[in-house]
Amino acid sequence: MLARILDEIARREGPRILAGLIGRLGGNFDLAEEALQDAYQRALATWPSSGVPARPAAWLTLVAQRRAVDVLRRSGRQVEGAEEILAQLAAPEAVEAEGFELPDDRLRLIFTCCHPALAVPAQMALALRTLCGLTTREIARAFVEPEATTAQRLVRAKAKILEARIPYEVPSGAALEERLAGVLATIYLVFNEGYSATENESLVRSDLSAEALRLARLVVALLPGRPETLGLLALMLLHEARRESRADAEGVAIPLEEQDRASWDRAMIAEGLALLDAALARRTPGPYQIQAAIAALHAKSPAPEATDWPQISALYGALYRLAPTPVVALNAAAAIAMVAGPEEGLAWIDEIERDGTLEDYALLHAARADLLRRAGRHAEAREHYGTAIARSTNGAQRRFLARRLAQISAASPANAPPASPPGPPRSSG
Amino acid sequence: MEYMILIYSDERAWASFDEAALKAEYKKYIDYTKELMASGVLRGGSELKPSTTATTVRVRGGKVLTTDGPYAETKDQLGGYYLIDVPNLDEAVRWATKCPGSAYGSCEVRPLNPSPAPEAG
Repeated sequence: MLARILDEIARREGPRILAGLIGRLGGNFDLAEEALQDAYQRALATWPSSGVPARPAAWLTLVAQRRAVDVLRRSGRQVEGAEEILAQLAAPEAVEAEGFELPDDRLRLIFTCCHPALAVPAQMALALRTLCGLTTREIARAFVEPEATTAQRLVRAKAKILEARIPYEVPSGAALEERLAGVLATIYLVFNEGYSATENESLVRSDLSAEALRLARLVVALLPGRPETLGLLALMLLHEARRESRADAEGVAIPLEEQDRASWDRAMIAEGLALLDAALARRTPGPYQIQAAIAALHAKSPAPEATDWPQISALYGALYRLAPTPVVALNAAAAIAMVAGPEEGLAWIDEIERDGTLEDYALLHAARADLLRRAGRHAEAREHYGTAIARSTNGAQRRFLARRLAQISAASPANAPPASPPGPPRSSG
Repeated sequence: MEYMILIYSDERAWASFDEAALKAEYKKYIDYTKELMASGVLRGGSELKPSTTATTVRVRGGKVLTTDGPYAETKDQLGGYYLIDVPNLDEAVRWATKCPGSAYGSCEVRPLNPSPAPEAG
């Protein structure tokens, strides 16, 4: 019971506590993490008799900080800057009286994780680890790489921050502008991890989405009026507004066209639309604003049949010109299929698959299966639903695909022979 | 914290400069060095003689191997360095950005390990 309460506190407050600790410990990520782990242990040992403190996060911070002071005192000169940090931490009790977090601790953390002196994959791994509390295993899964590679990346990034003295601060002037794109990408990564958790039974981890929204609001406050920052916040709000309707009571994902539009959060949609308008008024389009505009068209449509697919398809075309990635192309293909029919969409998907980079991407196979289903080619659809289910790492998504597979299997004879794909066999094995 | 700014560039490009161009390039370095001195962060620095003057020494199994030059296959060679003392990497990078060498070659910024000798502090 207590372990579960502590788990909940750790998940909700952990990244915030960690951000504050890293700041006070001179950018020493390892020492901060170790001290926080120790504080959790102490909580498990003492809370059963003392009760859960009124402000558990402040309690954990204080205990972790004391633990770090102990480690630093014993380390002598072995820990980089130990004396300096000890001098600054002379009165750890101060945190208790003052409240324990400067308002932008996590903003400093995200700018540090996104420092250009770190390689981009290391930036993202470090952000997911420290800002979202994902485990090394979860991050490795998200990047589709061996766990040892991710672990090595994290070790090197943390060592570089400490040894090269990457400052733990929000930069100013030109450096701030230069780093903003990386910070926005990281916030969106955090949001996406919360919106469709990579390796999870449920579709969403609302704590991560909330954290991403909070960080985006901080960046908007810090740098008001940047069109892409407004666009990103609008995009995330428009997605978040649909959260409740994205899965049913049994945890099965519900596609957009079948969602209960009455359950969408209208206040959140209104805020998203207003932010998008403010961004577009500045006439500097960018990928986040375009994606927000697409989400806005869905949000404004009173019924699935009323969706403005020609405009959505055109917006995906514009997005592809700015960000020509296979995932954007896949979304564009789905939109084109809504305008020009499933066969047209399938032709685009053939084109995307030739590229090969999405071979293991479950949604590519799911999209193909869906278009085959719409085209009435059920036998082929069944085959691709199977492939998509095998590659999906998300439980809610998998259950949805399994349900679709069951639906079309019921609609057509289950023992029908699997259709072989038309045309010559694929050359790319 | 002390950082080295190591300047790498294509020596052949330098060799092809005429006298006026060479003079203009040196002027940039002189101005940059003066700026470093005036701000109080400069701890040392020098231009190196061309890599054709370099000799590489390796001792393997007690045997001394002396060879000509460093890495013949790379285009860019270490041409000089500055040693500066600034609070953090961003400050060091800011100085490296101003270094004339970063405009045509590249500047590697590396923190120094604190000296192990107790008297050095």
